[in-house]
Amino acid sequence: MIQDKKLKIGWFSFSCCEDNTVVFTELMNDHWQEWKKLFDFRHVRVLKSNNVLDDLDIAFIEGAIASDEHAARLKEIRVKSKKLVAIGACAVVGMPAAQRNYFNEKQKQEIEFLVARFQALPKVLKVSDVVKTDAEVGGCPMDPAKFLEMVNKLVAEFKK
Amino acid sequence: MHNTDFDLKLDRLTKVEGSASLDIRVKNGQVEYAHFQITEYKRFFTQAMQRKPIIALPQLLSRICGTCSNAHIMASIEACEHALDIKPSEQTKILRDLTMYGLNIRDHALHLYLFALPDVRGKDAFLDFDENDPVEHQMLHDAFEIKAAGNFFSELIAGRSVHAPYPVIGGFMHFPDQKGITEAIKKFEAVRPAVLRTIEIYKNQPFHFDRKTNFMALVPYDHYGFIEGCINTGLGECITEEGYRDHLERVVLPYSQASGYKYRGGAYMVGALARMNLAKNLLHARTKDASGGALDIFPSTDIYMSNLAQAIEILHCLDHSLEILKTRKFNPEPIIKKPFREAVGIGVVEAPRGTLYHKVVVGADGMVKEGEIIVPTGQNQINIENDVAALVEKMLPDTSQEKMQFEIEKLIRAYDPCMSCAAHFLKVKWLEP
Repeated sequence: MIQDKKLKIGWFSFSCCEDNTVVFTELMNDHWQEWKKLFDFRHVRVLKSNNVLDDLDIAFIEGAIASDEHAARLKEIRVKSKKLVAIGACAVVGMPAAQRNYFNEKQKQEIEFLVARFQALPKVLKVSDVVKTDAEVGGCPMDPAKFLEMVNKLVAEFKK
Repeated sequence: MHNTDFDLKLDRLTKVEGSASLDIRVKNGQVEYAHFQITEYKRFFTQAMQRKPIIALPQLLSRICGTCSNAHIMASIEACEHALDIKPSEQTKILRDLTMYGLNIRDHALHLYLFALPDVRGKDAFLDFDENDPVEHQMLHDAFEIKAAGNFFSELIAGRSVHAPYPVIGGFMHFPDQKGITEAIKKFEAVRPAVLRTIEIYKNQPFHFDRKTNFMALVPYDHYGFIEGCINTGLGECITEEGYRDHLERVVLPYSQASGYKYRGGAYMVGALARMNLAKNLLHARTKDASGGALDIFPSTDIYMSNLAQAIEILHCLDHSLEILKTRKFNPEPIIKKPFREAVGIGVVEAPRGTLYHKVVVGADGMVKEGEIIVPTGQNQINIENDVAALVEKMLPDTSQEKMQFEIEKLIRAYDPCMSCAAHFLKVKWLEP
């Protein structure tokens, strides 16, 4: 890693309430100046319109994987990212986005036509069911301090 | 160019909450349809709430949406309290008002600065703003200072900005301490000039799009707020709390199975513009004094004035909070509890993006039988589609599709839609061929 080169960052949301995105934007209140110097935000839909998915240094993934389309997208991100980090409960353990996995028969019947129409997976998956993760920050929402700790650790690794 | 034919698809809108797309078909120079579609995968909360203990419900339903989570908590608590016949204390009501103020400061600032302001300045992203340009430098610092003040306040009052842990059925689990209150007063006074600058920016924004529609909002009886009041339908009536259930079941719910919500046959709009149009006279006196000519703009049918309404709401949230914090002491209170009973409860609040309905049906064992949730973006859907169709027709035939896409996305952004919430509706949209 060249000392002064910005790290290329992507932030991707799958099936979830995007609470981690909100926490991320709140962390920016104190860190935006530092992150502006440190990161090249290549693909962050909450921040910009012109998003590019090319080679990334770190991909942050929030949300669970609910469809083949999600899984294919996640695999594409994995191939293009040096480090992939699962963020928040839905990404790390699948819940609560995966609550339909635990429905009773009656509830499953009620939602069956919608699952079919959306071409959703029979069961909602956590991120590590689909791709290898390099780090995980759990919580609903994620713990800001733990997220910062992980970011700082990854940045230090890239600067080695 | 009357034979202009094309299909336009905006795959995934950016700088909005969640994931949505838009399909437009133009034939012979006329918009055949504009379909605003939520592309979030359903997480089935209305099914998941069945057989859950009622005391766990507000926290479960807050997971519908990260950004609106504290509004879902408030609506769910109100629904559960109505079902259990719990009347909250005066202090609880005030803490709930303050919870909603923290939410609106934080959430409106995110929308106004990170989502909407790049359009005003002709930039792709807020972080692209030039720190060496004095105007943009000020905007960058104002944005994060306002957001930080709202975030601090949400943590102080409700425990967290997202999925707040302190507010529960029957009261609060924790109360703000004097050190935190003093700090909040300091932060709010310090950030107030930045909020006044935000109002000035949006009073003078260069975009306008007027189309007559109907506005609906929960309008409080005494002060401008987001929890109490009657539902002003914009057609000369105001539905009181006793009428919530009938209004929800007779008017709002049937449309959750249709392609969008209407009231008396017409589309309507909810959100900051509706609130400002219907209740600006209830704003805090200090807010009224400081807003000057900005308030004269309302009532307005210009959708972009929703941005100005949000900016004025931030100021009201600051000013009313400051008055409360400076004049009131908060003391620990026990949580009010009542025996479980078989009942139906309705909660209605104004989320940042508009009127939010929660309905809960609970059994005598305290377990939830079923429920319904109606979100603001669902109610705005027909209005959004009608606006987009009118905008596209206005731009035909000489505007490039690239420019059209930009203008459409900008217009939708002014609605500040929330797709995490809206993944609950649009049932039939997906059933259409």
